[in-house]
Amino acid sequence: MLSLILISIAALFFTGIIIRTKSIASGRKGPGILQPVFDVLKLFRKGSVYSETSGFVFRIAPIIYFSSVVLAMLTVPFGASKGFISFNGDFIFFAYVLALGKFFSIIGALDTGSSFEGMGASREALYSMFAEPAFFILMGSLALITGHTSFQEIFSTLHLGSSITYAIAILASFVLLLIAMIENSRMPIDDPKTHLELTMIHEVMILDNSGFDLGLILSTGYIKFAMYGALIFNLFVGLIPYGYAILIFFALQAFLAILIGIIESFIARSRMNHNAQFIVVLSSVSLLIFFGVLLVLGKFI
Amino acid sequence: MILLNLFLLIPVFTAVLIPFLSAKGKAIAVYAAVILMAVISGYQAVEVLMGHEFNLMLSGNFVSGDIRLRIDALSAWFILIINFSFLTGGFYGIFYMSSYRLQTKNLSLQAILFILLNASLTGLCVIQNGFIFLIVWEIMALSAFLSILFEHENAAVVKAGINFLIQSHISILFLMIGFILVSSKTGSYDFDSIYLYSFHHQGAFSLLLFGFFFIGFAIKAGFVPFHTWLPYAHPAAPAHISGIMSGVLIKIGIFGILRMLLLIHVDYKMVGSAILLLSIISGLYGVMLAILQHNLKKLLAYHSIENIGIIGIGIGLGCIGLGFHNPVLSSLGFAGALLHVLNHSLFKSLLFFTAGNVYQATHTLDIEKLGGLARKMPQTALLFLLAALAICGLPPFNGFISEFLLYSGLFGWLHQADVAWVIGIGLSFSALVLIGGLAMICFTKAFGIVFLGSERHEFSHEIKEVSVLQLVPLYFIGAFIIAIGLFPNTFLNILVQPVQLFTRLQALPFTSFQGQGTEVLQSVGRSSWLLIALVMVVWGIRKFIQQKKLRAQSPTWGCGYTAPTPQLQYTASSFVKSYTKLFGLIFMIQKNEKELTGVFPSEAHYETNPYDKIEKWLIDYPLTYLKLFLNGFRFVQNGKLQFYILYGILFILSVLSIPLIYEQINGFIEFLKQL
Repeated sequence: MLSLILISIAALFFTGIIIRTKSIASGRKGPGILQPVFDVLKLFRKGSVYSETSGFVFRIAPIIYFSSVVLAMLTVPFGASKGFISFNGDFIFFAYVLALGKFFSIIGALDTGSSFEGMGASREALYSMFAEPAFFILMGSLALITGHTSFQEIFSTLHLGSSITYAIAILASFVLLLIAMIENSRMPIDDPKTHLELTMIHEVMILDNSGFDLGLILSTGYIKFAMYGALIFNLFVGLIPYGYAILIFFALQAFLAILIGIIESFIARSRMNHNAQFIVVLSSVSLLIFFGVLLVLGKFI
Repeated sequence: MILLNLFLLIPVFTAVLIPFLSAKGKAIAVYAAVILMAVISGYQAVEVLMGHEFNLMLSGNFVSGDIRLRIDALSAWFILIINFSFLTGGFYGIFYMSSYRLQTKNLSLQAILFILLNASLTGLCVIQNGFIFLIVWEIMALSAFLSILFEHENAAVVKAGINFLIQSHISILFLMIGFILVSSKTGSYDFDSIYLYSFHHQGAFSLLLFGFFFIGFAIKAGFVPFHTWLPYAHPAAPAHISGIMSGVLIKIGIFGILRMLLLIHVDYKMVGSAILLLSIISGLYGVMLAILQHNLKKLLAYHSIENIGIIGIGIGLGCIGLGFHNPVLSSLGFAGALLHVLNHSLFKSLLFFTAGNVYQATHTLDIEKLGGLARKMPQTALLFLLAALAICGLPPFNGFISEFLLYSGLFGWLHQADVAWVIGIGLSFSALVLIGGLAMICFTKAFGIVFLGSERHEFSHEIKEVSVLQLVPLYFIGAFIIAIGLFPNTFLNILVQPVQLFTRLQALPFTSFQGQGTEVLQSVGRSSWLLIALVMVVWGIRKFIQQKKLRAQSPTWGCGYTAPTPQLQYTASSFVKSYTKLFGLIFMIQKNEKELTGVFPSEAHYETNPYDKIEKWLIDYPLTYLKLFLNGFRFVQNGKLQFYILYGILFILSVLSIPLIYEQINGFIEFLKQL
């Protein structure tokens, strides 16, 4: 339960901090940190325009996309405190329920019959397929090193002892951070600020969404960031008492947001045809973690 | 005994009756027969699952020996799946075939074959005698072959049918070698003699025997590289037959493999890892080729190969679990495999039936020509979407449950395995994840291009939804798909007995799924409920907020371009273009293009045809060389009558001379033996 509240709070600030960091880095003052939340609230109050081509799929897609991410968020624990949903193998559920949301966002985009949205949908389908093994290999290695298969048990027994475990944890945060970037269609996979529809992935898929639906899609993005932030936090929390842990949680989320802002300010988006290779590299980093864990456990001679 | 006679009488009686009935009468007779057979076999199967095993001994002739019939929990599970598929498929088929009402003779044949197929598939689950098994197997193969040939005026259909026939017989050849191998040593075709013989001859011989049976059954199941008949046969057959072929016919191969695992003693670790590896390849290869297909039913056929791979992964894990005396891994592996057999028969038949609806409405299966069908056929679209989500293994549907069982088995085993196996586990779950991701590309493409957007092709006829009655069985299947997703434990508990058959092989302690880590399925079910509730709540909120707001309709945003045509939409090929480029090495795509050139370009075209590389290397090349070799003997067939008479005389002479030179031959064989 605790994680649900904390992630929701972090979600309010996360995107705002990214935007603020980017504005400062480019020498502007930038909007307030809560501006994204106001945007969403404004969208919720607006009417909507639907494409004539679209049908029921387009109307239900944002709702299922949002619900799937919320449900995934419910499985994320906060240190030793369980998530709302917690069972052995809940990380499998986490990944698959996110995939359900993605499925709907893809077919929602295809429902408009727009060539641009089809393009975005095609890219999204391909990249999410590549990103998934990385997550599973990572979670598999963590399951191997701790001997448990639920988020909460894995994270509460993950003790950072030797230097190699630190290396594993840092690599793991790297993987999770990049998965978060891919999932949210951020640099270096996708540029949320781009002007040309031909070079977009996520933004081009939601061209026809408006009003409440667009608000849902935007808030889903905010939640996703905070959710992956919470997963990274869980890698390091161990059994720190709650008071400190909550402080560290928010500090870490803010740090990640600033980090993403800085990355986005100073890195250019890769060429589309390099994205796939980039994501596969992520899987190899996960494999490194996997072999690192095998080393730690002494399974290699 | 009475029930058995009744069961055998039904197909015979219906087959005799059908030619004399009107088209409507045929439909009623066939369906009545299917129901009656389902009631009888289903009743026995349920009895067995409740704990009363069914055994019967019939006296056979001097060749076959006594014929033993037996329904154990494994047969019962498969019989129930077969019955379900035939009940829904038959009902759907009645309406699907009604547009062919005028082809009376063709319909009679089709109706008789349908009954024969049903009876023979049920029979295969029951018969415990190799000789009779082969005969029934042949009946099954032939009736499936003739069912495929329904549209026999189409040359491609005949070719696909012949391909099926030949490959079926290669499969029978392997099975025959297996059964004869045992009977030549023991003098009996009974399955028990296989069990006893392999019990006394463990090691290389058992492995060889299992290998023969495995290849025989794997051809029917469609494991890569024995899969090449599947993508031809499924699109050629009428929709309800494709649904049944994919739903249960290929599963009889899985049944055979499982049955042989129960009978033959092999090194489970070795066999398990071999099956696992083959299944991973099948799963990945199947889905990777499925993505390329432009023909909706061919796409679904390649997906059957993928799902056979997933089932195989379950069987492989189960075997490895037996080898390691690990009750959790072995029970979850076999349970996952068996549940996926049911799941796949549900969503794949639903997909084929909805594809049939599409074909009926548009008369084409070419994905590139379709589009925007969701508005014209909303119910078909919804059902297709449901099945597509389920086949991708997404919660809250049934596919997720069986894949979750496999994952649970894998992760549960992770802590006990040593390094080589840990890498194997990593490979397996990465493969499962990749299969899931690729399936998602495939079905977003299939659903998105066929049902969404706007029409890509002008049809001269009106496209409309099929009749409500035709949709009834589809909704029924859909309800099952959701039910398994929401109440997984109910279905898992039925699997306790079939799984026990396997765990008993190594006397593993396993009595129920309690304590095997499957209580979590309850949580999975609950989470699925939560997902549905959440979607409904958000839907309600939106409805409430949007009540008084402006809801306008306008054309799709064309990014400034104001005269979009349906031709501008993303096509299926463009949707998978970057994927095709990335994995280009694995595929063989025949391109036929004429590029745009010059300032005022004239016409241009671009056409691609995906082809199967394995088929090319395994079937096409050997066939070409075989043909080249055999062409050398063409002089024998020279068309001159006197030569043919000469061959006849030579043949008769050689037959007559056998007794004369028998002594010499015998002496030669004796001589060889002495060597």
